[in-house]
Amino acid sequence: MLVFLIKRLSNAALVMLAVSLMAFTIFRFVGDPVELMVNEQTTEAQRAELRERMGLNDPVLVQFASFVGKAVQGDFGISYRNQTDVMSLIGERFPATMELVLLATIISLVVGLPLGVITAIHRGKWFTESIQFASIIGVSLPSFVIGILLILAFSVNLGWLPAFGRGQVVDFGFWSTGLLTKSGLLALILPSVALSFYQITLVMRLVRAEMLEVLRSDFVKFARARGVPAHRLYYRHALRNCLMPVVTMTAMNIGSLIAFALVTETVFQWPGMGLLFIQAVTFVDIPVMAAYLVIVSFIFVTLNTLVDIAYALIDPRLRNATH
Amino acid sequence: MTEPVLSVRNLRVEFPVRGGVLTALNDVSLEIRAGEILGVVGESGAGKSMTGLAVQSLLEPPGRIAGGEVILNGRRIDHLSETEMQKIRGREIGAIFQDPLTSLNPLFTVGAQLSETIRLHLDMSKREAKSRAVELLKQVGIPAPEERVNHYPHQFSGGMRQRVVIALALAANPKLIIADEPTTALDVSIQAQIIALLRRLCDDLGTAVMLVTHDMGVIAEAADRVAVMYAGRLAEIGPVREVLSNPSHPYTRGLMGSIPALGARVKMLRQIDGSMPRLNAIPQGCAFNPRCQVSGPRCFQDRPDLFPAGQGQAACWHVQGGVQ
Repeated sequence: MLVFLIKRLSNAALVMLAVSLMAFTIFRFVGDPVELMVNEQTTEAQRAELRERMGLNDPVLVQFASFVGKAVQGDFGISYRNQTDVMSLIGERFPATMELVLLATIISLVVGLPLGVITAIHRGKWFTESIQFASIIGVSLPSFVIGILLILAFSVNLGWLPAFGRGQVVDFGFWSTGLLTKSGLLALILPSVALSFYQITLVMRLVRAEMLEVLRSDFVKFARARGVPAHRLYYRHALRNCLMPVVTMTAMNIGSLIAFALVTETVFQWPGMGLLFIQAVTFVDIPVMAAYLVIVSFIFVTLNTLVDIAYALIDPRLRNATH
Repeated sequence: MTEPVLSVRNLRVEFPVRGGVLTALNDVSLEIRAGEILGVVGESGAGKSMTGLAVQSLLEPPGRIAGGEVILNGRRIDHLSETEMQKIRGREIGAIFQDPLTSLNPLFTVGAQLSETIRLHLDMSKREAKSRAVELLKQVGIPAPEERVNHYPHQFSGGMRQRVVIALALAANPKLIIADEPTTALDVSIQAQIIALLRRLCDDLGTAVMLVTHDMGVIAEAADRVAVMYAGRLAEIGPVREVLSNPSHPYTRGLMGSIPALGARVKMLRQIDGSMPRLNAIPQGCAFNPRCQVSGPRCFQDRPDLFPAGQGQAACWHVQGGVQ
């Protein structure tokens, strides 16, 4: 288990190094950073001084090393546009996205898992067929359409929920949360539901397919022959054997939700990282983009590593695996 | 004589399919007494596994019991609800499946699976169930049971896993065990051990066993009586020695003839020509008539019932009435 952990962690470190090389390359070679920072009135001497101060005259390897060194400490330089520390910019936005994504993931699991089990058990009945049909709509509607429809229904027509923003947030130093105030919670509902729609469908269809497979297996039949009651058979014996792909997919999806929440964030004017990223692209704010790239990949890599560990927890056969 | 543990009377199983009804089991009657092993043999599709599944009400839909009775310990069980059957499965009927590699849930320790079965059927605390689990593993001959009880199925070899499966079947002290091809997936030396174990448990605990197999060697070694099935019906049933050494039904004779013997010097094994009819094309009269070498006109007209033959019974006109 320890060897397994060390291998996984060093893999993760390697991936992160490769990603930061890409981020560094973008930062260093997509346009001249000095040109992007100065305006027309800056003299040649001032430019040279800035170039020297930013270390752009050092050998590339040294520059990369210092980029990685700073990145590890959370220093991604100064935003061109806001002239503020990139990390504190992201730090302001990160909790908003994280809360949105986590809630959407929880909703998709809480709704998707039971739906998957139920549609697998009651195959062919009218209500499972209608759930199946509805789920196709869930996959085919893009999330911004769902978002707009939700706003139309619950904000404009019914006036129950706010259409944009995060509501009131409570600050805990590095983390600001909307989970503790009523307006914050209300504001969270629509965007997370909009974001979870597609995920619910995915989880449900995956669980259904896996369940149908597992229910045919010998050990489920044998458990039945031992007198195990139906609900225990489904939720204890069968469902647990379906969880591996669900865990993989969920973790991968948390990563992509963070990365691609920007559509939903735009629709709901959610002050998250997606919105920050769009602004950064609009203004060619390279340090913000580079930092965004590194952070999103860091989340992906972390999730991947956690998935590997979760595998070992779910399936005892993988605990002694040495690959 | 004591009352049989299991008695199956005129059991009929049907599968409604498009354009008709297939009769998978037809008029099957058999009895098993306490401490007795009844071997059930036949080719694939003869209905031997189906008989075991029907007794446990584990037929895959749309299969259903269409007639006859299943009586377990004096109580009729073929019409019980699923909830009532749950209490009987595991408690009164233990099951052993063919492939020990796939019949255990890979994600739970064998102890957890044993305790689960024990506590579903017997009123025991977690601790009592655990110590019974260890006791059961010991009983089926697993070394170091205190340690092994916490292991996962993948940490056991095939033979050891089949012992665990047997322990699971015994968990709640059932009076009847239905073993469906329990040795087919094992290699020969392990087969002998498992058969010996079944025989010993049957003698020690007085459990009745229905041993479904296509292996005549296993029958010869383990069973007290044997039922030979053909195309969903019983062809012959009787004490194992009598049926094996002096079979009354031509099909049983054919089966016996197709077993290789080390001592005998034969160039070619005898085989039964042709194959078993499909369920939708069972011929009129005796179902075996197309393959039978001693059939007469009557075999193509009327279906023979089970007639007394020696100490057993056989469904053949040669036994009673003649083939003319």
